[in-house]
This record gives sequence, C-alpha cells and structure tokens, in this order.
Amino acid sequence: MSHTMLLVFEVTILVLAIFLGFEVISKVPTLLHTPLMSGTNAIHGIVVVGAMIVLAEPGKGAFTWIIGFLAVVLGSANVVGGFVVTDRMLEMFKKREKPKQDSGVGSTEPPNSGGTGSVGAGAEK
Amino acid sequence: MSENLSDLLYLISIVTFILALRFLSNPATARRGNQIGAAGMLVAIVVTWIKAGHISWWAIVIGMVIGGGFGAVAARKVKMTAMPQMVALFNGVGGGAAALIALAELHRILPPPGTPTDDVSLAIVLSALIGSISFAGSMIAFAKLQELIQGRPITYPGQQFVNGAIFLTALGLGLALVAGVQDQWLLWVLVGLALVFGVLFVLPIGGADMPVVISLLNAFTGLAVAASGFELENNVLIVSGMLVGASGTLLTVMMGRAMNRSIANVLFGAFGKIQESGAAAAADTDGGAVRSANAEDVAVMLAYAHKVVFVPGYGLAVAQAQHDLHQLADQLEAKGVEVSYAIHPVAGRMPGHMNVLLAEANVPYDELHELDEANGEFPRTDVVVVVGANDVVNPDARNNQGSPIYGMPILNVDDAQAVVVLKRSMNPGFAGIENPLFYNPKTVMLFGDAKASVDQLIADVKNL
Repeated sequence: MSHTMLLVFEVTILVLAIFLGFEVISKVPTLLHTPLMSGTNAIHGIVVVGAMIVLAEPGKGAFTWIIGFLAVVLGSANVVGGFVVTDRMLEMFKKREKPKQDSGVGSTEPPNSGGTGSVGAGAEK
Repeated sequence: MSENLSDLLYLISIVTFILALRFLSNPATARRGNQIGAAGMLVAIVVTWIKAGHISWWAIVIGMVIGGGFGAVAARKVKMTAMPQMVALFNGVGGGAAALIALAELHRILPPPGTPTDDVSLAIVLSALIGSISFAGSMIAFAKLQELIQGRPITYPGQQFVNGAIFLTALGLGLALVAGVQDQWLLWVLVGLALVFGVLFVLPIGGADMPVVISLLNAFTGLAVAASGFELENNVLIVSGMLVGASGTLLTVMMGRAMNRSIANVLFGAFGKIQESGAAAAADTDGGAVRSANAEDVAVMLAYAHKVVFVPGYGLAVAQAQHDLHQLADQLEAKGVEVSYAIHPVAGRMPGHMNVLLAEANVPYDELHELDEANGEFPRTDVVVVVGANDVVNPDARNNQGSPIYGMPILNVDDAQAVVVLKRSMNPGFAGIENPLFYNPKTVMLFGDAKASVDQLIADVKNL
C-alpha cells in the first residue's frame, strides 16, 4: 500500500470514529458522567501501545531508549489507573441490596478500602 | 505475528472499546462495560508485546510494571472523595506519553537524509502540542483538587492575552515544522510552550468548573493519541483516540449543559472568581442575620417532621460522613419520618459524585432524587438538611442577575418549611460566592464538621 493510500484509509477510519464516538454516548444520564469520563480516560490509555512500539524500535539510541521507556511508564499508569478507578466508581452503583448476587461476581477484592472506620455503619440492614 | 493478524486482533480491541462506551452509558451495564474494555486493552497490549519480539521486551515489561504498579496502587488506595483528581492525574500521564512519542518519532525520522512526510509531521506537531497541554493542564487540575495549590481561580490582568500569545507562538513553531524546517529543537520549544500554556490555561478555572475542564482535557488526550496513531501508522491508536476525543467532547458539552453554561464561558469566564459585584450580591441578604442552632434543636426538628430531605454536597465527601448520614436517615425512618436525598447534578466536584458516595454507604437507589423530582417535593417538605452543599442551593442562581451562577438550575430548598445547613464556617463555598440562603429567616445553621454534626444529631435523635 502506498503511503497516500494508507493515509486516505487512516483518515477514513478517523472520521468514522468521530461519528461513532458521538453516537455511542449520545444519551448518558448525568449520574454516569463521571464514570464515563473515567472510562474514556482508561481507553485512551491505548497510548501505551504506541509507547511500546517506540521502545521496541530496532537499533535505537539512548535518547529513544529514555523517551520510550518513560512513555511506557506513563502510558501503563494511564491504562491501569484508569480502569481501576472506573471500576471502583462503578462498583458503588448497585440497586437495592441483593447480597447473593454480589458474591457471585467473584471479585476478589475486599469490600472496601475507603470508608475510614465508619464502614460498620454501612453494614446494617 | 503477521501484520494482518495483529491488525485483526487490534480490531477486537476496538470493538471492545466501542462496547465499553455503549455499556458505560447505562447504570445497569456500566461496570461490565468497563471490564470488557479492560479485556480488550489487554489483548492490544499482548499483541503489541509479541510483535515487539526480542527487542527490548524486558524494558517494556519493567516500564509496564512500574507504571502499572503505580497506577494500580494509587487508584486502589485513593478515597472515593479523591476520585476526581485521580482521573485528572491518569489523564495527564496519558497526554504526556503521547507527547513523548511525538518527540521520539521526530528524533527517529529526522537525521539526514530523513524527511517526515507532511501528514506525519502534522501528526507529530499535533500530538506534541495537545498532549503537552493535556499533561500540564491535568497536573494543575490535580494540584487544585488535591488542594496543593489554591482551588480558586487565579487571575491577573492581561491573562487571556498572555495565554493567547503563548499558544500562537507554539502554533507558529508547529507550522514551521510542518512547512519543512528540519530542527528537533523546534519541537522541544513547542512542547515547553505548550506545557506553560497548559498550566496557565487551567489556573484561572476553578469552582464547580473543574470537572468540565478535566473532561475537556480527557478529550484532548484522546485527540493526541489519535495523532500518535498517524505517526506510528497504527489503527488501534487512531480509532480509540478519536473515539475518546469525540465522545469526550460531547460529554464535556453535556456537562456544561447540566450546569447551564457554555464551554467558552467555562474556559474563559473565571467562574468562582469573587466578583466585584460581591457587595451587590451581599445586599440581597436583606441585612438578615445568620441564625445558628445547636444539634439538640435540630434533632427535635428532624424527629418530629413528616418529611425530611437531605441535600448532600462536597462537604459530605470531605468529612466522609456518608455512612453516618445513612445511619441518621435510618433512625429517622424508624421514627416514621419520610426520608429522601436530593442530588444536584453537579453536587460535589464531579457529576454523579454524590450518587457514588451515597451508594458506597448503601443508601438505596430509589431514595436518591434528581433535580426536577426533588424540586417538586420541597413545598411538601418539613425540613431540608443541607450537608456541606452551597452553590447548588444558592437562590442567587434564580434571583440575582449579577451572580456568576445566575441561570444555573438549583435545588429550591427555600420552598421547604425549614432549612438546616450543616457547614464548617461562614466561608463562601468552593466557588467563592455569597449565599443568601444562609440569611433566610427559614434557615438555621449548624456549624461544625459534617461528620461530627451528623454524629451529634444521631446521638440526640436517639435520646429523644
């Protein structure tokens, strides 16, 4: 594929992605604005893939080494942090208590790390 | 792994991201959506790692362990109240990564006789510029929300002019690069200017506008990542980055709309700056005095009410009083009081912040009422308890055209028979605006830390 053909193809999918991006979140309740922001934040963590490509360049000099390595560190912080934060937010969104359902999900994490001492208050009912 | 196979696997990742966004738009499926997205991300990372083969694979692993470890620990350790700044932080590092990729790519291509094609140099300039702005802006947003620096808007004369000049200079350097001036140092200076611009651009923004800015910076990072995709000829970066760029932009607009403000107004209006018309706004208080009450009086009011509505705000989050509030609500319900919560869309520091917080305390979903529903109830409500909220109940938004929040939909708590405001002191809220509600004859103030006050109320209601 020539460079121009590739470019045209890339621009095509770029434009389609714009419309898809608008379409896919066109009706979000206010309640979910924050988790959605956090979720999209995790998705652009895909930048780590680009960072890996830079770091995996053959015959690179010290400059690219350092920059690429830094980029991998930052990118993976974005990915992991983004998804974990979003998950912690969404974990909170439950309907009325259904204790059985909860244990079935198989999340291995403890009930909660936050709450600073007042957790007991939430445990009733 | 062949190029075709890896592209197909990348397509799987892209599909999962689209599904993730779709699912994230509905409370029932949101968490599943996030998990699907994470799985797709893992696919993309593993594919890329295998493709990298033997070259520096261990450096990639070490980098990912460091970055991922930091991300996991920080995201897990942080309290629910500090979520907004974590989103800003993780967004910033993503933007930083995009800018670094641009620097590395130009460095790879430039040594003579290399010449980047116009589209690649344009992509390099864009991702360096936008990525750096996003990085610096997000770090300032983080510092503001973490209260490392002053949360209020920081303004000085000629600010817009200075910002504009810096941005245009950076843009000029970028154009020179695209036009064919072959010098890496141009890009470094551009990155430096963009970083300064990012700082200056977020400094004057404060108050309830922070979430909107973080959302905008999130969209920026998406765009920067899409540009990185053009540099590296990588589809998954282009599509995912643009998905985030587009959906993030729309989300930013929707957030602005929820606050009845345009994005331009958010960015350049220095919301929350203490207005010169502050004196005029204060005049609206009718010279009324603030009445303060003690917890016992309030406990009596609550216990003998038919209907009590709690209005939580950021003060609840700071004091970590959500569990205590739920306990108080349970006690009142046991005494036959009808209890509900009125949630303003932008209460707290992020939209949905209060829903997350109260859900953490196991408050049932159906007791959380949104703006319109709650406003319909206030006339039939005996006591409204405002817990650490301020601007979202400020009647100036309705009445005072000079107020910076004029026109923002608010909770009309002054329609209720009585209002109790739990507040640390008479200091104006995060946005720095005077609130005439506190001077309303219906209002009594219960000063103190929200958690301490609620605990005191629990004890006093119990003793009745």
